[in-house]
This record gives sequence, structure tokens and C-alpha cells, in this order.
Amino acid sequence: MTAGVAIRQRSYLQGPGRLLLAPAILLLLAASIAPLLVTIKFSLSDYRLLFPDSSGFVGLSNYARLVASPDFVPALVNTLMLIAVVLAASIAGGLGLALLLDGPVIGRGGLRLLVISPFFVMPPVSALLWKNLLMQPVSGFFAWLAALFGLPAYDWFSHAPLLSIALIVAWQWLPFAALILLTSLQSFDRELREAAQLDGASAAAILRHLLLPHLARPIAIVVMIETIFLIGVFAEILVTTGGGTASTDLAFLVYSQAMLQYDIGAASAAGLVAVVFANILAIFLIRAVGRSLEA
Amino acid sequence: MRTRRRHRAIATMFAWAASLTIAFPLLWTLLTSFKTELEAVSFPPRFLSFDWTLANYRGILAEGDYLHSLVNSVIVAGGSSALVLALAIPAAWSMAFAPTHRTRGILLWMLSTKMLPPVGVFIPIFLFYRDWGLLDSRTGLVLLLAAANLPIAVWMLFSNFREVPGEILEASRMDGASLWQELVSVLAPLALPGIASTFFLVFTLAWNESFWTLNLVTTEATPLTAFIAAFSSPQGLFWARLSAASILSIVPVLLIGWLCQRQLVRGLTFGAVK
Amino acid sequence: MSGIVLEGVTKRFGDHLVTDAIDLVIPDGAFTVFVGPSGCGKTTLLRLIAGLEDIDSGRLLIDGVDAAQTSPAARGLAMVFQSYALYPHMTVRANLGFALKVARRPRAEIAERTEQVAEMLNLTPFLDRRPGALSGGQRQRVAIGRALVREPKAFLFDEPLSNLDAELRAQMRIEIRRLQQQLGITAIYVTHDQAEAMTMADRIVVFRDGRVEQAGSPGEIYRNPASRFVAGFIGSPRMNFLGGAIAAKHGAVTIGVRPEHLAIDPAGTISAAVQAIEYLGSDSFVHLGAQSGETLIARGVPDLDFRSGDTVQLRIAPGAVHRFDADDRAMPAPAPAPGANIFEETV
Repeated sequence: MTAGVAIRQRSYLQGPGRLLLAPAILLLLAASIAPLLVTIKFSLSDYRLLFPDSSGFVGLSNYARLVASPDFVPALVNTLMLIAVVLAASIAGGLGLALLLDGPVIGRGGLRLLVISPFFVMPPVSALLWKNLLMQPVSGFFAWLAALFGLPAYDWFSHAPLLSIALIVAWQWLPFAALILLTSLQSFDRELREAAQLDGASAAAILRHLLLPHLARPIAIVVMIETIFLIGVFAEILVTTGGGTASTDLAFLVYSQAMLQYDIGAASAAGLVAVVFANILAIFLIRAVGRSLEA
Repeated sequence: MRTRRRHRAIATMFAWAASLTIAFPLLWTLLTSFKTELEAVSFPPRFLSFDWTLANYRGILAEGDYLHSLVNSVIVAGGSSALVLALAIPAAWSMAFAPTHRTRGILLWMLSTKMLPPVGVFIPIFLFYRDWGLLDSRTGLVLLLAAANLPIAVWMLFSNFREVPGEILEASRMDGASLWQELVSVLAPLALPGIASTFFLVFTLAWNESFWTLNLVTTEATPLTAFIAAFSSPQGLFWARLSAASILSIVPVLLIGWLCQRQLVRGLTFGAVK
Repeated sequence: MSGIVLEGVTKRFGDHLVTDAIDLVIPDGAFTVFVGPSGCGKTTLLRLIAGLEDIDSGRLLIDGVDAAQTSPAARGLAMVFQSYALYPHMTVRANLGFALKVARRPRAEIAERTEQVAEMLNLTPFLDRRPGALSGGQRQRVAIGRALVREPKAFLFDEPLSNLDAELRAQMRIEIRRLQQQLGITAIYVTHDQAEAMTMADRIVVFRDGRVEQAGSPGEIYRNPASRFVAGFIGSPRMNFLGGAIAAKHGAVTIGVRPEHLAIDPAGTISAAVQAIEYLGSDSFVHLGAQSGETLIARGVPDLDFRSGDTVQLRIAPGAVHRFDADDRAMPAPAPAPGANIFEETV
């Protein structure tokens, strides 16, 4: 009789309830909202670490300077490109892997272990391994592969730094997409699929008309969650190219403005651009996740 | 039946080929970690025919840097995860069992703080840490990583607690258990699997966190992420050494990750994919 | 004044009034059953008494003391939940002893009390098992035992038998009743099953839409239902209702006649077609379609020499008519014929 009412208030629990919730809220306020407000203030001030006294209100001039700077537009474009390439690669690859692993295969447990592993590798490790052991143009593994096919070795980080970084990041996120899509595929009703097979539907038709619609929601979730993390890609850039116009994204731009050029105002402005950017995406994600709260 | 068996064989072959390709960089690293530096860079590369050696591992373990960073990583990841649980268990209890009309809003707000890119708060936190002597300190990292992972933990525990039958907690209230006893003697044992997987997920995320751990430490508090990142400079030329160091840095969480991959899906998608 | 007294107890969930200014006295030492369809507020009222929900307005007196602000445990009541709500990670022994343990009773006392209760409920062989390794009936007994251990002022039962099969349910009804009488403890028992209410209760409280529709002993409620709702809810098969001309003849908007008071008799005045016959051995119930459109059920003797499709005549036993007004409230019985006891007429 009581199960239907999701939220019912009991005042004898309200006091302790608030008390137990408060520490978590306080920490989050202190670590996110408060600094965010300070960032907003900094972004409107002329604040340079080398001249700590010159911190006056300057309106939007930091933003103007940021937009006018030669680094900003490339960083924005790089961020978008990075996200697009990683999403496309990790979802396409993840979908393929999920379909393979969902098939009638022997040793699914072992396969899962192999596929999931890259996700647990810390970003500096994966970036350095790829850069040195695989992509290095003289004795890297890819150079050897190219030589096998009689092709010249490709100098990944000199010719396509952003793409190289995107590849590494995609490798880290592919397992995430694969695992979620696989989980979702396995929750797909077997009977429905068997019924379709009995009706004479081809494998391609089943994929297109049954599985892909079923996967639409998990794919949307993968897109949103990966995007949240991809806005902040930092370590991979730091340990491979160390910046440069061709591979600096917004996160790295903030870092270099603040830590290398000591320009707090401009760095704050760039940080806020990233925040706004993330928030646009967050609205969609929160809507999707909020719906699962009702279930 | 024969076609079905063949189908199975082909599917298995493709699946293993694809999975091995995905895992290849790691397997290659593992192999390289047992080579000498000379064999590591030899071209064409050596697959199995080389002199297997543990010298790289011995070398890294003999130096203080790795162990120093390992200890830091364990303390920072473990400490922040423990702090996260200490804050998230009561919060999730509150939301799951004493909900108010604000609960939904608070949950979504917590989630939204996770969407805040670290760079949006980096500068104030950096300056604050500098002024308060928290730069390059494990305490500073513990606090920050706890805040970063708290929303995920609250969400995981919240959806976990909601599966605990409310009547059992009510029974304990009727039996006269205090709130503390209810949490410790009844809820915690019932939700133990969920609490454990939350801990492991948060631990993994903290272990691999590579923004704050690279920007807020210099020497004293360097965890493994920073230890490895240091290889980006000339040291990166020593591939065998880099490989061994990498393997040593990722093995702990790799094991944990393998053990709780399912809970991980739920946790990272905030329960939206089960 | 001892016992549990409710004065104007009101509870809302949002805009929905779950219990609407309920006044009720739960007599001391008696077995009171709250019965009604689902959503009528009976479970909520029980939880209000237990302290698991807050009363929005009104007073709750336990042994003369206002307990509305008291914590669940301090009210001295024990509850048996529908799902049993046993602690799955504790043995039966630990489940039984938990209340005493959190009350910091001496270890020897806990052990003694636990064993004693286990003995009483035939749970001794299972003391070291966990609830998962018990049958439904055994779990039920552990749930009761956990309530017993605390020596409460009253037992609260929330549909405790709804997860058991029919046979076990019948057995547990008797066992619960026996225990309650043996210990002489006040009990409040919530159920939606009117048969359970009739067989167990000293006193039945019928709920409808958050209000008390009628309270009284099972006999009173069966014989003199206060409304058409109660008349239809209590008794199985349910009471027959007739409107129109027949009701008008009795000076009512609707009249109700229990199946046992509807006789198939060629001299009867109501004609109806036999639709189906339920043969139960000791009884048989004849489902009929009256010409006026109502579906009727008559209890007949086992051997009936007619079949579906036959038209028969029905006679209402004298003095067995329940009359209801336009608001479905019971109207006072018309002066009955002297000595006419409706129960004896058909037996």
C-alpha cells in the first residue's frame, strides 16, 4: 500500500536527515560553487600573478582579450574536434565490440577483461605509452607495421598532433562505450530477437530496426558522459605535445594562461567559457538522468 | 548444427581478434617491460625472442621515487575514498529514507557540480591552496578529490539504498535502534556490496585523476600520475623502464576494475544504464 | 485511561487526506482488526500509531499519555510487518535479541528472553539459521517473536499473513489469536481480508476513504452493517442488493439480503434465471440473474434439482432485509416480528 508514494515526508526524520546531508553539501559548495564565483570575479578583474596589486575591475576586457588572442579560437576548435573524433571513434568502435561480444563467443569473461582494461589506465600512462612505444616514428610499433606494408613511417605528433591525442583518448574511452552498450544489449529481450529471426528478419534488419533503437538511449548517455570528461582533457596534452596551437584545448589553455603566463584574468575567462560550454551539455544530461530518477 | 558451430567459431575468432587489438598497447607494454632498453627500441621489434629480464622492475623499486609516489597514491586515493564514503553514506541515507520535496533538486544539483570542468574552479583553488599551504600536500589532494568524486558516490549509494527494503529499517526503529545503530548495524551490512563497489569506483577515479594531481603537487605529495608524467621529458627515451613503471602504476586499479566492472557501468551512468 | 485512544487523527500525503479526523478507542487487551479495501487508510493509521509516520493533527494517547511526538521505539509498541522485515544478515537469535541488544540489556537476560520466545513459537531448532534459510511460516513466526521479545504494550500487525499460502494462513490466524489471548496483550491487526477480520477479531473497524465506516464486534457488524459499503464488504459471498420496486416496497432505496437469507422457493415472489451453481460440498451457491437486472447469489442446500438456464422463484427470509437510504446509510429495521432472529432462521 505504501510503495506507490515515492516521497513522503516524516518530520521525525527531517532533523537527522538534514544533519546527515549537510556535510556533503558543504564540501561541494566549498569545492565547486564558491570557487566558481571567485573565478567569475577574477574573469572581470585585471589580475596578474606577476603584478598582484593590479587587481581592479575591468569589465569584460579579459573576455575581449581572450577572444582576440590567437590562441583562443584554435583552442575552441581543438576542443570541439577532439570531442567529435573521440566520440565518433569510441562509439563506433564500442558498438562494434559490443555486438561482437554479445554474439555466440567462447570466453566472454576473458574478452571483457581485455576490452575493459584501457579504461583503468591513468591518462599520463596511456599517453606516454602510445607516444613512445607505438607512435614513435623511428622504432615505434606503428612504424614497423607501416614498414610491413611498405609504407613510410608516419610522424604522428609532428604531422597530426591533435588527431594523435584524440586517438589516445578514444582508446581510453572505447571500453566505456563498449561496456555500456554491451550491458544494454544484454538486457535486450532475447525473445524479441528470436521472434524477429523466426519472422525471417536478416541480421542487418535486426540491427537496424531492433537493436539500434534499443541502444539510442545508452548511446546518448555515453555521448553526454564522455563529453563531460572530454572537455577537461589535460594530462594527455601535457605529456605528449606540451601544448602548442595545434593541440591546445580549452583546459590546457587555462593552464597555460595561468601557470605559464600568470594571467589570472584571461585564464579565468577561458575557464568560464569551458563552464558555459559544459553547462549546455549538462542540461541535456541532467534531463536524461532525471528521468531515470522517476523509474 | 554444423553451420551454427562454424558461426560460433567465426564469431569467437573475430571477438578475440578485436579484443586483443584493443588490449594490445597494454600487452605490448607488459612485454616491453621485460626487455632491456636496447631490445625495447630494436627495429624490427622483438616479440618473444629476447632475454627476459626483471631489471627494469628492480631498478624502479630500488629507487625511492616510485615507492614514494605509490605511497602517496594509496594515501590520496584511499583517504579521499574513505572521506567520500564518510560523507556520502549519511547523505544517501538521508535522501533515500528521509526524502523531502527538495531531495530531487539536491541530487541533481550534486550531479551538476560533476559537470563543472575542473578548469572552471582551478584558479581560485590554486591560489587558495597556495595561500593556505595546501599546495603539494596530500591533505589538499584528499579534500579536492573527495569533492570531485562525492556526487558519483552519493548517486551510486542512493540508488543502492533505495533497493534496501524500508520496512527493515523501520523494524529497527521499532526495535529501538538509534540512528547510528540503524546505519551501522542494519543499513551498512545490507548495503555492503553496493558500498564496496562505490568505494572501489571512487578509488579508481581518484587513483587515475590527472588534472589536480598534476597541477597541485610538485615534489612532496606526487602520486603515481605525476611520477609517470615526469617520464615525458628525456626519461621517456627509456622505454623498458617507462613500461615497467606504467605496469606498476596501473596494476592495482586494473585488478579492482576487473572485479567491479558491472557496478562501474551503473555508477558512471548514474544508474541510467543497469 | 489505558489502551490506545485516537482523537481527530489526520494525515495528509500532499493534497490527499489519508486519514480524516479519526476518533477511535482501541480497547485494552482486545484484538482489534482494521479492515477495508486497499487505499482506505488502515495501514497508514497503523503506521501513525506505530510512529513510523507523523500525525498532521489530532492526538494519540497511549496509556493516557499523548504519544504523538514520541519516537517509535519509546511508544512501547511492537510491529509485525507485511514483508516480515527480518534482518537478513543476522541469525534468528540475533533477530529476536536485537531490540534488547540496542536497549543494552544484560547478555544473560537477552539469551534467556530469546530462548523463551523461541520456545513459545517452536523456533528453538532454527535459532542459528538466517532468515533466508527459513520457510515462509517460520519467518512469520520470527517476526512475531521479535515483537514478543520486547513485551510491548500492544502488537501492531500489518497484513502479516498476506504472503502465506491459504493453509498456512488459516493455521497462523489461530496461532496468532492463541498467543494474543494467552498473553492478554492489546493487538491491532490490519487486513484487507474480511474473512480474516471476522475470524480473528474481538472488534472490527471498517475503513473507507480515510474514515471509520463502522466499528463493532464481528457479530454486530455482520448483523447490523451501518452502511451499504460495510454490508457489501463484510460477508462472503457478498450481500445481494436490490433496488427499484422491491426496495420501495420495503420503504428503502436499496435493500440488501445475504445469500443465506435468499431461499429458492416456488412460493417466492422474485423470479430469476439460474446462471451458475457453485457446489462446495457442504454448501452450494446459486448465481442468479434477477428479472430486474441484478445479479444475485443464494445459498442453497447441496442437492439442487435444477440447472443453468432454469427460472426459479426466490423468497426473502422474514426479517432479513437490510434497508439503505439514498446515501447508502442503513435505515433502522422496521419493527421485527417478535422473536425473529435472522441468524436462526436459516440455520
